[in-house]
Amino acid sequence: MQSANKVSQQQLHGASGREVTCFHFTGDISSASKDAIVDTYHALDKATHKTILLDFKGVEYLNSSGIALVIQVLMEASKSGQTVAICGLTAHFTKVFTMVGITKYASLYPDEAAALAAL
Amino acid sequence: MTVSSGSKVEVRLPSRLGFEKVAMSTAAGMAKMMGFSQDRIEDLKTAVAEACINAMEHGNQMNASIPVSVVLSMKPDELEVKVMDNGVGIETPTPAPDIDRKMTGEEEARGMGMFLIQALVDEAEWVSANGTEDQSFVRLVIRMNKENE
Repeated sequence: MQSANKVSQQQLHGASGREVTCFHFTGDISSASKDAIVDTYHALDKATHKTILLDFKGVEYLNSSGIALVIQVLMEASKSGQTVAICGLTAHFTKVFTMVGITKYASLYPDEAAALAAL
Repeated sequence: MTVSSGSKVEVRLPSRLGFEKVAMSTAAGMAKMMGFSQDRIEDLKTAVAEACINAMEHGNQMNASIPVSVVLSMKPDELEVKVMDNGVGIETPTPAPDIDRKMTGEEEARGMGMFLIQALVDEAEWVSANGTEDQSFVRLVIRMNKENE
């Protein structure tokens, strides 16, 4: 019943010139999304991928278990000295991410272009 | 179709993750018929999904053969949602998540469902099965115009 989620990875450049590793998510982000979120993050070389952008533009459904996976990535990235930014959330989930305090550890941007302009 | 106060819809879901989206869509459809704004509908969708997930995981222990019952009742300017399971219920809602404690691993990353429910709807009440209630349930009320706004 849980829809498949997919993630694609792309190397981009922020306005400051730094390299940004972007994960574009689609489908559902829930407890079944560990592969898409955490395992994809674990596959990165932490020494060379210092800035990560999580793009939720293509996400159709997101619940608290999915948000917990995002927090897990934030926690590990913080320990590794990586910067994580988030973009593409709907207005509702921008509110939810703010409510749970994620904005203390990751900046939220309306879309990829806005994120890259700031990074 | 005439939308009348007092109309009631019941949905029975298998305790299998993903089926909460059926209740979520039903609630969203009813709220739309009643004229709720899109932002209130989004609040309702998240609250209903989280309530159903809690009922499946904690109430019915993910036993797919035990259903989660969701009863949605239209009232003047508000929608009431009762989500019932076969668990023992909970006594007190969990505290608000502490992102700092989550980031240090002192608090589980999960466990935000009840907080989100309380934050997104106008009333949330957890009732445990007892002498007068056969099943444990959470009762949510969402109003067309959010209080304190």
